[in-house]
Amino acid sequence: MKIDARGMHYRELNERIHDAVLKGIKEIDIVNVLGQRYIGTGIGEKVTINVYGTPGSDLGAFMDGPVINVFGSCQDVIGNTMNNGKIVVHKDAGNVVGLSMRGGKIFIKGSVGYRTGIHIKAYKDQCPVIVIGGKAGDFLGEYMAGGILVVLGIFGREKDPIVGRFIATGMHGGTIYIRGSINKSHVAHDVSIEEIDENDLSALKNIIQEFCDAFGITDPNSILSHQFLKLRPKSHRPYGQMYAY
Amino acid sequence: MIEPLFSKDISGCAIVGIINTKGKPIKGDVITEAISVMHERSNGLGGGFAAYGIYPEYKEYYAFHIMFLDEGIKESVEAYLQEKMVLVKSEDIPIRKKMSFLNTPILWRYFLEVPQSKLTPKITEEDYVVSIVMNINKRFKGAFVFSSGKNMGVFKGVGYPEDISRFYRLEEYEGYLWTAHGRFPTNTPGWWGGAHPFALLDWSVVHNGEISSYGINKRYVETFGYECSLLTDTEVIVCLLDLMIRRHRLPIDIALNALAPPFWSEIDSMEKNMREALTALRIVYGSALLNGPFSIIIANSESMIGLTDRIMLRPFVAAKKDDFVYMASEEAAIREICPEPDAVWSPKGGEPVVARLEVQI
Repeated sequence: MKIDARGMHYRELNERIHDAVLKGIKEIDIVNVLGQRYIGTGIGEKVTINVYGTPGSDLGAFMDGPVINVFGSCQDVIGNTMNNGKIVVHKDAGNVVGLSMRGGKIFIKGSVGYRTGIHIKAYKDQCPVIVIGGKAGDFLGEYMAGGILVVLGIFGREKDPIVGRFIATGMHGGTIYIRGSINKSHVAHDVSIEEIDENDLSALKNIIQEFCDAFGITDPNSILSHQFLKLRPKSHRPYGQMYAY
Repeated sequence: MIEPLFSKDISGCAIVGIINTKGKPIKGDVITEAISVMHERSNGLGGGFAAYGIYPEYKEYYAFHIMFLDEGIKESVEAYLQEKMVLVKSEDIPIRKKMSFLNTPILWRYFLEVPQSKLTPKITEEDYVVSIVMNINKRFKGAFVFSSGKNMGVFKGVGYPEDISRFYRLEEYEGYLWTAHGRFPTNTPGWWGGAHPFALLDWSVVHNGEISSYGINKRYVETFGYECSLLTDTEVIVCLLDLMIRRHRLPIDIALNALAPPFWSEIDSMEKNMREALTALRIVYGSALLNGPFSIIIANSESMIGLTDRIMLRPFVAAKKDDFVYMASEEAAIREICPEPDAVWSPKGGEPVVARLEVQI
């Protein structure tokens, strides 16, 4: 099914997507998307939505199952509180990617803005994963409580660092993997910087393979053979005594 | 017009700007199309535009756009202008009269010259014009000068920006630089004078966010004779720019550094010269630092500048295509008027994007 979104208000567009899902349609192409918000919000079915253009903020908010492929760049807050499914972005994404995400995967080929993975969390078998092919802005993994963040630094503006400042501020769970080196003074004090071990490598292998498949990158080993750093909180409750003493 | 409509809503606001660096004219419809893509970021309580290069026939004169509550106050202000300035031309600002908005004021424009007899070695022409604007806005209840530069003009009101554009017939204007704003007022009232852009001489500012340091900034500019009378925080940015760049003659880049300086921790790790220079700047212009979330587009007749707060608490995207530079809250707004830019990027927090006019207009 194909929807031409040119000039369409986001309410109408989202109603048409939800109607199509109710009718049992499994794949929807949306063309000429420009700034429409909330695409794919709250959908619980395993459908595929292909977005051509520049979707508005809050793409895939609260979604619980769909695959959204974006053939363009995304704006802010994609995958807001997403529970399951996958968002694949073929260019860049804006700020606050995966806000409070609790499951599913977000793959971005290019770079992202500030506060990627803010307050993402894992629970039982739910483990959100975000992979950035390019560079990430400041406050990566802010207040991160669980899940996995990977920054590859392969694409993006040459002059930008792989990750900006204030890395993992307030992080108290989950793991951040960074391919390459970082300025350690930008990492929060309560976060440890370690070499990866074999368990990390096998987890990364699966994630990078899926990332490469999403973008038709044929040689995952060339990505994996590079040095990776692992960031983890030093304790489970680094701020537990902050207000009590 | 004078009864502000108080409201407290969740925050949004949309900003967009276009410049043709070769000075080629751009029609008013173009910026209107861009800002209307971000309709959801406004709530109808303010929309406005700044346009540069629109009055080529009167480019030697200060173009005052003034809103009046009634005919009585208009007469008083006109008498004052007659006394203080040389009036070259006076006319109503063309509008679509059938469009109705809340509390629409009387909208008039004046092309004015400064009488040379009023100037002294200590008072420049621009100082004089600033004092006239401040005087009208403060002392004449029910009158506001909302535009006072040469060969430029601000058009604004209480409504969605696309409606304000139609109201002012902006499709009939051509300029080489346009900025626009859609307002979603949070902490300050939605009223005609409070819509963006805010302008003084040829400076204009559109702003998404709020300035937590407003009290400090306001008291600081007041010590230099500026008066903030428009009930909104953005106005103080215009005063700070006028103070630092026009009166203190700071280069633009340094003035922007004073508005959004690097953190002390970053300054401490810089090499000696930079460290000393930035330390001095933060000490001397500490009261010019803008705290709180913001993205702004600043313009004057020679340049358009985009800037966000240092930790990027409001969105901002820039793009380039041939002679055009675009800036906006959302990429979609840029792609509406420029589907395939040569480059699109998100500047870092506190990293200014400066697009300069390369020709004399």
